[in-house]
Amino acid sequence: MRPFEFERASDNQSAIATFNDLRSADIDAVNAQIQYLAGGTTLIDLMKLDVMKPTKVIDINALQQANGNIEFKNNGLRLGAMARMSQVADHADIQQNYPVIAQALRLAASAQIRNMAAIGGNVLQRTRCTYFRDTSYANCNKRAPGSGCAALEGVNRSHAVLGVSDQCIATYPGDFAQALMALDAQVELDGPRGKRTIPFASLHKKPDQTPNIETSLTPGELITAFNVAAAPYAKRSLFLKVRDRESYEFALASAAVALDLDNSNVRQARIALGGVATVPWRAKEAEAALAGNKIDDVTAKRAADAAFADAKPREHNAFKIELGKRTLTRALLQAAAMEVPT
Amino acid sequence: MNRAAPEPQANMGQPEPRLEARLKVTGEARYASDMPVHNPAFAFLVTSPIAKGAITGIDDKDARTVPGVLGIFTHENTAELKKLSWSQGGGGPTTSIQDLGPKIQHDGQIVAMTVADTFEAAREAAYKLKISYQEEIPSATFDSPGVTQTDAKKPTPKAGNAEAAFNDAPVKLEVAYSTPTQHHNPIELFTTTASWDGDQLTVYEPSQFMYGLKNKTAARLGIKPDKVHAVSPFVGGAFGSKSQQTPRTGLVALAARTLNRPVKLVPTRDQGFTIATYRAETRHAIKIGAAENGKIASFQHDGWEVTSRPDNYSVAGVEDSARMYGFGAVKTAVTTVHADRNTPGFMRSPPVVPYIYALESALDELAVKLKMDPIELRRVNDSNKDATGKEWSSRSLMKCYDQAAEAFGWSRRSAEPGSMRDGNWLIGWGCASAFYPTHIGAATARVKFNADGHARVEVAAHEIGTGVMTVVGQTAAERLGIPLDRVEVVVGDSNYPPVPVAGGSNQTASCCSVVMKACDAIMAKLGGANIKETVGSGPVKDVAASFSKLGVSTVEEYAEFVPDVVKPNAVTSLVDDPIKKLYEGSPSLGGGSHGEKLMYAMGAEFIEVRVHALTGEIRVPRIVGAFAAGRIMNTRTARSQYMGAMIWGVSSALHEATDIDKRNARYVNDNLADYMIPVNADIQQLEVILVPEQDNFINPVGVKGIGELGNVGTAAAVTNAVYHATGVRIRELPVRLEKLLTT
Repeated sequence: MRPFEFERASDNQSAIATFNDLRSADIDAVNAQIQYLAGGTTLIDLMKLDVMKPTKVIDINALQQANGNIEFKNNGLRLGAMARMSQVADHADIQQNYPVIAQALRLAASAQIRNMAAIGGNVLQRTRCTYFRDTSYANCNKRAPGSGCAALEGVNRSHAVLGVSDQCIATYPGDFAQALMALDAQVELDGPRGKRTIPFASLHKKPDQTPNIETSLTPGELITAFNVAAAPYAKRSLFLKVRDRESYEFALASAAVALDLDNSNVRQARIALGGVATVPWRAKEAEAALAGNKIDDVTAKRAADAAFADAKPREHNAFKIELGKRTLTRALLQAAAMEVPT
Repeated sequence: MNRAAPEPQANMGQPEPRLEARLKVTGEARYASDMPVHNPAFAFLVTSPIAKGAITGIDDKDARTVPGVLGIFTHENTAELKKLSWSQGGGGPTTSIQDLGPKIQHDGQIVAMTVADTFEAAREAAYKLKISYQEEIPSATFDSPGVTQTDAKKPTPKAGNAEAAFNDAPVKLEVAYSTPTQHHNPIELFTTTASWDGDQLTVYEPSQFMYGLKNKTAARLGIKPDKVHAVSPFVGGAFGSKSQQTPRTGLVALAARTLNRPVKLVPTRDQGFTIATYRAETRHAIKIGAAENGKIASFQHDGWEVTSRPDNYSVAGVEDSARMYGFGAVKTAVTTVHADRNTPGFMRSPPVVPYIYALESALDELAVKLKMDPIELRRVNDSNKDATGKEWSSRSLMKCYDQAAEAFGWSRRSAEPGSMRDGNWLIGWGCASAFYPTHIGAATARVKFNADGHARVEVAAHEIGTGVMTVVGQTAAERLGIPLDRVEVVVGDSNYPPVPVAGGSNQTASCCSVVMKACDAIMAKLGGANIKETVGSGPVKDVAASFSKLGVSTVEEYAEFVPDVVKPNAVTSLVDDPIKKLYEGSPSLGGGSHGEKLMYAMGAEFIEVRVHALTGEIRVPRIVGAFAAGRIMNTRTARSQYMGAMIWGVSSALHEATDIDKRNARYVNDNLADYMIPVNADIQQLEVILVPEQDNFINPVGVKGIGELGNVGTAAAVTNAVYHATGVRIRELPVRLEKLLTT
């Protein structure tokens, strides 16, 4: 860790105002010299590893009062970005009406981390690629643009097969984002240029030629809330996470699935995949393959095949294609079999 | 009594709680880096990002501008550190690679140490130190271009004509197995604090060998051993990684002397992967020839192990695998493969973890081939002697199997793979044997017994979490006839009499034997057996009476104990006085297969796995282990040892592996997030059965070491269970779910 200035913001406006000092306005949020600190479970970690080296850190925990509420409205759910992961995961109404959200959060991290981490920061959690996190490896296009990617031909068992480029194959590590993705959430932002709302699906950016740019946030932009519309598929939803141990481990493959069934035929399916892609991955091809069909072993597998049609394996992660398909198949069958209270 | 404190059976001691239990659960226990020193400076290591090459330049300009920086140590100003010669198991250094450069011989070699007023400043300076390298292409592991092979130069049992017996056998099995690189990862990091008072040095460092630390630190600095005081009150996990002298200790001591100020080093977790030792990857080729009834006529085991360029380290567990059953003929060999890696070292049950995994996996494969129950296969090959004709001092293997099988419900197993199922989960049951050689070494102790009925035991033993203080205290209490709460036990200090390295699971046997000897000498002085009888059950005044007869208030006894297996004579072919060697920091350990009889502790482990039929996740809902190991000093600490060991065994089968980037011979997952171990949720039911066993041959206290028994065989039990669940035989550890997605 290197020396940095530390400030506590008392409200959104004072937090955002600190970014007025930032000289180059065109730099993206994750690489800005000023960083927000909420739960700190990613930022502090990466500062200790010397991966992130902000010169100023703005503590926004005082904003919990204003930005930490969980509200149910007629048209859906509003999750304040400063709500802690555990608050959302333990919320009885969310468990019942948006099970995929509660499950994704409950299966993530450890109890201690869930108590600390804010959900706004959670969706911005950075990759666990070991070559990114260990600065003694020189080649990382995400950390040092243009330096190459050590993972392409390296130890890449945990790396992505979807949304990859020849510059980066780092996996998006989180779980909650897949739930938001499947439920078509919207993100409320506040920033130096004012407030805006964007689809959650446009928050993360695939690596392409600029893996160092991870989100569409501009410096100083603060996630203030997530909005999830009420939808018929929300109740029949689940999160399935497949990993190397029972708890406290990132997904090798995960699936957030939400189904609206007409008798047993799919009216609408919403699917997002984790552990296999560079960003929270919406599997629209799989959704389309299911529409109008009854979910059984055959249709579920056909949908899973469609989801991974464009997957690009590397030396050690080819199994993720098969595993990802099986994970989605299992999740679809499980969701179709769910007993959903009316 | 409860599950954590099993009722003692024959030849077992009481489940006394650990003497230091309260200190540990309240956080009061002090570990080496907790020891207060006056006005310490803080150090931070810089390690090499390349595995082979040379340092071409060091630019410390920016680093020196960091406020509070006191010194930067590199190969340019540390040449006065003496090189220690490496030899395996001699209490010496972990590696021949001790210099900070300019030559780089492995990933993560220490190349510099910054020292500053604060930890933060030292770390910042370390980040700002610019070191340039000339890099050469390194050889990473097996099959890497540029590796060289040598004979391990270790005992390799041979008996009969194994090749002919194999050719003649009606049932033949030829299989290969491999095990990955693993790291100890004790939670307490590899800390060192050095403090000088004139020419007298005190080193605070977690250690499994106080007299090794004392003597080798002195040797590295070129000073007399009596100038070094080593202190290691509690050790927060060691598992072999803290048994030898690492290059860091001398460096920290040198920095403290140069700066004339105590220096404290707490290296990082990832540095721990390269500044100490590790369990190297191994490969095994096994050939078994058997009769139709399962009797094994021929057993051949070849091992290959990775080591560093300069040091011919190997664990060579064929010495164990070839002797564990009544094989007709055996033939073995071990080859070392030298790569650009740090030197491996002892890690819990070093030879037997990989080699018995291979043996016990092969036996399961043979049982499948013979359509035999795997327990019955072991029963058929159970024997009172090995292929060379050497007999066991005691052997309770099948008793362990019978008790564990009963508790596990083995009779309800249906043998066909994939035939047991619970919904989408495939159920598999597997078993395997655990073996560990019984070691003992020369040891010394001082016991003081006071007229008020209190005693103090001083031994430079190592409380690495095993409960040695408690069992030593129990020994003294029993021999002196006083309650345990009147015994004070002090350990972890080189001012106390030396005992061997806490390795090879000898510590309980060695320490308790010598403490027993000292106590018995005290009782003899106090009037012999009669006194002991009255003291044993009588009031304290009886002790006082015998003291007053002698006219003293304290009787003190220093004892030296030299077991037969390390006595210099024709049988052991040893020449040096083992007590003198011990004081000089060289432990003498003997036993296992190297005595008149085979001395081993044994066990049988049963595992249930559940494998998801679709996604392949592997879960372990049940573990049962039964173990026989001579006298059990304390059923509570024994159970804890076995429990922790079996959990580690599961970890070793399903989770642990250090990934190596073969392009640059570097470790990739060198942190506790990526180096996987089980979490609580991974371990559900676990049952430990203590099987009574008496062995008067092994040593005066009749103790076989147990610390390294429980994690042996577990990995084979897991893979055998995985086969039973899925029909997929995993021969490369760890088992990972991708290996089970084939069906």
